[in-house]
Amino acid sequence: MTALKGLALPVALLVLWQLAVVLSGMQSDTIAAPDAIFAALGRALTEPAFWADTGDTLAAGGMGLALGFGLGTLSGVLFGLIPPVGRVMRVTVELLRPLPAIAILPIALLIFGFGYRLEVAIVAFGTCFPVLVLTEAAVRQIEPRLSEVARALALSPGARVRKIVLPAVLPRLFVALRLAAGIGLIIAITVEIAANPIGLGARLMQASNSLRPADMYATLFWIGAIGWALNWGMLRLQLWLFPATRGAAQ
Amino acid sequence: MLETTGIDATKSGTQEVLRVDGASVRYGAATILDGVDLTLNRGEFVCVIGPSGSGKTTFLRLLAGLVAPAEGRVLFRGAEHRAPSREIAIVFQDYANALLPWRDAEGNVSLALEAAGVPRAERAGRIRALLSKVGLAGSEKKFPSEMSGGMQQRLQIARCLAQEPDVLLMDEPFGALDAMTRQKLQDELLGIVRDSNVTAFFVTHDLEEAIYLSDRIVALEPDPGQVCRVFDVTLPKPRNQLSTREMPEFLRLRRELFDFIERFEP
Repeated sequence: MTALKGLALPVALLVLWQLAVVLSGMQSDTIAAPDAIFAALGRALTEPAFWADTGDTLAAGGMGLALGFGLGTLSGVLFGLIPPVGRVMRVTVELLRPLPAIAILPIALLIFGFGYRLEVAIVAFGTCFPVLVLTEAAVRQIEPRLSEVARALALSPGARVRKIVLPAVLPRLFVALRLAAGIGLIIAITVEIAANPIGLGARLMQASNSLRPADMYATLFWIGAIGWALNWGMLRLQLWLFPATRGAAQ
Repeated sequence: MLETTGIDATKSGTQEVLRVDGASVRYGAATILDGVDLTLNRGEFVCVIGPSGSGKTTFLRLLAGLVAPAEGRVLFRGAEHRAPSREIAIVFQDYANALLPWRDAEGNVSLALEAAGVPRAERAGRIRALLSKVGLAGSEKKFPSEMSGGMQQRLQIARCLAQEPDVLLMDEPFGALDAMTRQKLQDELLGIVRDSNVTAFFVTHDLEEAIYLSDRIVALEPDPGQVCRVFDVTLPKPRNQLSTREMPEFLRLRRELFDFIERFEP
């Protein structure tokens, strides 16, 4: 019911938009009517090229996310478990973290050239730091009593990470993954719009450059739908895997 | 047992397990324990009482190897003891924090067996035996969140017994439980200690609990924490919740301990 109520405003806006276009008899190179946009989206969904672009964005973003999440988790666990290491690395992390991921595009372009590797590298850079910070905080907040239990049982460092640390931070690690997935999609599209001639971002730019507003908005709606579906799916998964995170999930 | 050292190993059949020699513990400038001496013998049940701030828990952590003495030393079976050992098990008061919430009862006991490198094939049988020993038969698949406080503490005790320890250190283990559960667990604990010939070191603020369980009671005084007196408890065994608590000797000790503790009340 609340979901339906929430949909009322966007639907009303679309209807107003359609009415405005029809009543004013507008002809535009920048704005398309909703019916034209949905027609364009319908057409695009039957084109293999559209799905190939979708696949490129998801693949490059996904690989970047995997790399960034892996690096972030590893360093987060390391920094959290060995506070001196965390302290030594703090300045470096705090200097690199606020850097907008897209700002390393010129450097990455020189190193990797156009293509997957460019996008993977920038997405990895952008997702690594939030995951690192969240993981490190999660490791530090593990119940100290559990660390004493690990000491009392003389667990080896490896066993301690596998049997105590990872299971204890897993729910929060998943929250970090969900947030990083959203960030990863934003960065992937941005890289494609700014430079990389692949994926949905490049398709968006082509439609804009060739003055096809219906195609442009169709792609935009599609990207929005992917982002929403991604978050929705991960949230369902999280609530199903870790029911205890229900309060903190949103 | 290590026979090589042979320190005081025989006198009247008592065997020294753990000894503290003039140990002091400091946190920064604060002295928590000052020159403490104590010897724990095999199979003995020793309770520690004292007003708050007298270093009871620090004493336990010292014996556990969780804190190192600034002066003096702790000897475990004759060898200096500075880090935790699997042969010394600790039952924490906050059982809810000390159990792994993502593992069921079996899994929690299994942790101690995994730590000791017990082969997978042997674990199941030992886990079942341990859980039934602490009265948790039938709750193997329950998670700590599905258990009452008493059951959770029983589970923690089972995990500690899985270590097959020589010494069982307990930090106010029944402090958060209701009176009936507490009495039941006291009797079960006495049975377990008797059967497994483990040495028990039990911190409590409940004086009657100390008398009921102990062979010896160590009374600490605060500022800084020191051993003030040691009371021998000669009450007959097995103890009984009704008759033992009515014995003149029990009442005499109770009066003596209350008088002792009252000196520190403001």
